[in-house]
Amino acid sequence: MAWQWFHRLGSPRWFYQKTSAWMPWLALASLLLIGAGSIWGLGFAPEDAKQGNSYRIIYIHVPAAFLALAGYYIMAISGAIGLIWKMKLSFVVMRAAATLGAVLTFIALFTGAVWGKPTWGTYWVWDARITSMLILFFLYIGVIALSHAFSREQVADKACALLALVGTVNIPIIYKSVDWWFTLHQPATIKFTQQSSIDPSMFYPLLTMIIGFYCLYAWTLIAHTREKILQREWRTSWVQQVMRGESLSEGKAG
Amino acid sequence: MQFQFDSLTAFLYMDGHGIFVWAAYGVTFAALAAVALYPRLQRRRLQRELERQRRIESRRRSVQASRARETEPA
Repeated sequence: MAWQWFHRLGSPRWFYQKTSAWMPWLALASLLLIGAGSIWGLGFAPEDAKQGNSYRIIYIHVPAAFLALAGYYIMAISGAIGLIWKMKLSFVVMRAAATLGAVLTFIALFTGAVWGKPTWGTYWVWDARITSMLILFFLYIGVIALSHAFSREQVADKACALLALVGTVNIPIIYKSVDWWFTLHQPATIKFTQQSSIDPSMFYPLLTMIIGFYCLYAWTLIAHTREKILQREWRTSWVQQVMRGESLSEGKAG
Repeated sequence: MQFQFDSLTAFLYMDGHGIFVWAAYGVTFAALAAVALYPRLQRRRLQRELERQRRIESRRRSVQASRARETEPA
């Protein structure tokens, strides 16, 4: 049946069973890629002609900022799916994405501030890119706070999804902020449509880090979702089976 | 591809930028490690909670059973 997969996807138990096999591979891939990318970026990539060695922060700053933004889409879209199709699992993913997004936005802001000191002479400026990233951080924090603010989980789910959807306005503003307003922040160095303004010897370690961060994001998002599923469904017999360390049968999705 | 620094001290110092670079990397890795390990912590917490519930349940049952025995007509 055409719609069967979609309903299955909404089943926490099905999700938990399916993802079990992926976890060690995602963990391994992210550790290897981030490990290799960091060593490459810190020790082997050439020094930047203008910024010296401080530019090496780019290898964590850019991937973190990428995923802070991409993660917002994931949070908002899973919130929307939950609202439209009343899918339980979707709200769980949304909550997990809020935690990860807050951490990644914090990393982007922190590494940006530390990078700003030697290159711009200041930790912080209230310019468009940085301020809109700060708003993104507050949006993530807002969703997390809302998710704990209601005693009924279903009410909290809906409130979080609405806040996440309204906050989507901020995303194009962040993307375009370096073009629309005068800013200290440098424009994007990696472009998909034209030649990137970054040398291959610096680009490949950056690409390694970006892919590594994507793997890490997938891994931690699934891991957090799985734990939240167990917490929500702890009364069910399959969760108790999992917690006793027994293997689950390929039973019906339920 | 070649290592860009002459010595370990030069690598750590990075012409004065080392403190910024290493602070950024340190905080990032600490935050990422926390995110990666958090689910494990949650799992352990849930495990403890379920065990506590199970203990309470079995104690309740044994109390009920002994009470039932006491009130049983001889």
